[in-house]
Amino acid sequence: MTPPEKDSPADAPPQVPGFKTWRGLYLFVGIVFLLTVAALALFSSAFA
Amino acid sequence: MNGFDWIVLLATMVGISAYGAWHTRHVSSLKTYLKGSDKAKWGTIGLSVMATQASAITFLSIPGQGYESGIGFVQNYFGLPIALIIVSAVFLPIYRKLGVYTAYEYLGRRFDAKTRLLGAALFLLQRGLAAGVTIYAPAIILSSVLGWDLDLTIVSTGLLVIVYTVTGGSEAVNLTQKWQMAVIFGGMVTAFFVLLHKLPNGFGFGDAAHVAGAMGKLQAVDFSLNPDRRYTFWTGIFGGLCLSLSYFGTDQSQVQRYIGGAALREGRLGLMFNGLLKIPMQFMILLLGALVFVFYQFQPAPVYFNQTEWRRHSQGAHGEAFRAIESRYAAAHEARERAVTAWNDVRKESNPAAESAARVAMLDAQKSLDAVRADAKGALLAADPEAKTKDSDYVFITFILSELPHGAIGLLVAVMIAAALSSKAGELNALATTTTIDLWRQFRPLAAADEARNVRVAKWFTFFWGMVAIAFALFAGFAENLIEAINILGSIFYGVVLGVFLVAFFIQRVKGTAVFFAAIAAQVLVIVLYSTLDISYLWYNLIGCAACVCFSVVLQSLLGSAREEAAA
Repeated sequence: MTPPEKDSPADAPPQVPGFKTWRGLYLFVGIVFLLTVAALALFSSAFA
Repeated sequence: MNGFDWIVLLATMVGISAYGAWHTRHVSSLKTYLKGSDKAKWGTIGLSVMATQASAITFLSIPGQGYESGIGFVQNYFGLPIALIIVSAVFLPIYRKLGVYTAYEYLGRRFDAKTRLLGAALFLLQRGLAAGVTIYAPAIILSSVLGWDLDLTIVSTGLLVIVYTVTGGSEAVNLTQKWQMAVIFGGMVTAFFVLLHKLPNGFGFGDAAHVAGAMGKLQAVDFSLNPDRRYTFWTGIFGGLCLSLSYFGTDQSQVQRYIGGAALREGRLGLMFNGLLKIPMQFMILLLGALVFVFYQFQPAPVYFNQTEWRRHSQGAHGEAFRAIESRYAAAHEARERAVTAWNDVRKESNPAAESAARVAMLDAQKSLDAVRADAKGALLAADPEAKTKDSDYVFITFILSELPHGAIGLLVAVMIAAALSSKAGELNALATTTTIDLWRQFRPLAAADEARNVRVAKWFTFFWGMVAIAFALFAGFAENLIEAINILGSIFYGVVLGVFLVAFFIQRVKGTAVFFAAIAAQVLVIVLYSTLDISYLWYNLIGCAACVCFSVVLQSLLGSAREEAAA
C-alpha cells in the first residue's frame, strides 16, 4: 500500500465550468443517459 | 492487403508499441509502474478506461451482432453510466484515500486476509481465462481471412504487448492506449464514411436506416419483461448495472486505470467521460453493422461469411451440394434486391396499401434468403459435424477486405490489433499487479520494503501472465461468438465479487468470515443455476450479487448469535 493520497476532499468542487458540485455533474450524466435512451427509442420507432 | 496496407499496419502498431516502451524505459518507482504517472489527466484516464474495455472483439463481433441481430445489444450498456457514477462517488474516493494498489487490498483492510485472497483469486481466475480469449479472438479471425498463420499471429501480437507492458508497466499502458484509441476512432470513422459512400446512388443514410428498420435491425430499446429475451431495457438496467459496477468498480484491470492520476478529480472525470460516451460509441459500432447489412442488400454477399471454412468444405466430397446452395443464394439475393428497391420506391409515394404489400414481399424475400443461409450451415454440418456454423464475427472484416480502399484496409486491421493490444496490456498489467501485491507480498511481507525488487517481481509476473495468455490462446478452443463468451464468463464471477464489495462498502456490521463463506456459497449457487436454467446471462450478475449480500447478512446474524450465546 502506498501512503494515502493527498487529494482534495471528495466533496471539493469538480472545477468543471457550469458545475459547482459533483452531485450536479452526476445528475447531468444521469439526465444525458435518460435522453440517450429516449433518443434511441425514438430512433427505433422512426425507422421501424 | 497490399504493401501500402502493411506499411500502415506496421507503422501504427510497432510505432505505438516502440514509443510506449521507449518513453517509459526508465520507470523505476513501484507506484508509477503499477498505478501509472501521477501527472495523468482525466483525458488520458478516460481513454485508458475506454481502451481497456474495448477489445478487438468489440470491433469484430459487435458489427456482426448489428448485422445479424440488429442494434438491441446496445441495451447491454444501459447500466454503465449509473455504475460509473456509483464508482466515482463511492469506490474511487475510498481507494485513493487508502492509497491501495489493488481493489482486493481494500478487502484485506475492510475484512481479512482470506477475503482479500478470495477476491484476488476470483479475479485472477476470471481475467486469466479472459486474457487468453482477448488474444485468441482477433488472431483466429484475422489469420483466417488474411491467410496468416494462426500461431504466428497469436505469438507476435502477444510478444508485442509483453515488450512494452513489461518495460513501462501502467505508465506504458496508459500512454499507448491513448494513441491506440486515436487509431481506433480514426479507423471506425473512415469505415463509416466509406460505407455511406458505397451505398447505391441516390440511396442516403435515411433510406438505409428505413431499410434496416423495416428488416428489424434498428430495434434499439425493448421494454419486454420476457426473461427469455437476452437483451432488453431491464436486463440492461439491472443485469448491466451489476456487470458494469463489478467490472469498473472491482475488476483490477479497470481499477488500475483510474486509481492513479494527478488527483481524485482526474479519475472521476475520466469515469464520467466514459459514462457520457460509451453508449453512443457502442450504438455507432452496432449501427455500422446494420448499415453493412443494408450494403449487402445491393452487393453480392457470401452465403457464409467465414469463407475459409466454406471453401475448405466446398472443395471436398460435398462440392456439388455447396455449389447448388451458392446458386440458390445468388437467385434469392437478386430477388431480395429487387424487393428492397421496390419497397424503397413505394415507401415515398404515400400509398399505405402498396407500401404494406411491398414490405411483406421484401420480408418474404429476406426469409427466403435466410432459409438458404440456414441450408448452407446445414450443409457445413453435414460435411463436418465439427464445422463452425456462426459467421457473424466475419461479417465486418469481410466487408473491410472486399470494399475498403488500400491504406484504409491497413488502418482497419490496425484498429483490430490496436484494440487487442490495448485491452491485453490492461489485463496483463492488472494480473501482474494483483499477483505481486495480493499474493507475492502477502507471503513475503519482508520484501515489501525493497522497491526495486518489487518492480522486478512485477515485471516478471507481467511476463509470466503474457506467456500464460499466449499459451492459452495457442492451445484452447473457444465458443463461437467471442464477445458473448467473455460476457458470460464475466457474469458467472462478477456478481459475487460485486456482492463482496457492496457488503464491504455499505454493510459495516458484516465481518470477514461471514462474507467469505457467503461468497463461496453464492458462487456455487450461480454455477449450479447457470448449468440448469436457460435465462439471459446478465441476470447471473444480479443473482450472484444479491445472493452474496443476503447470505452475508444472514450468516453474520447467525455467527453473531452464536458468539453471543458462547459469551453468555
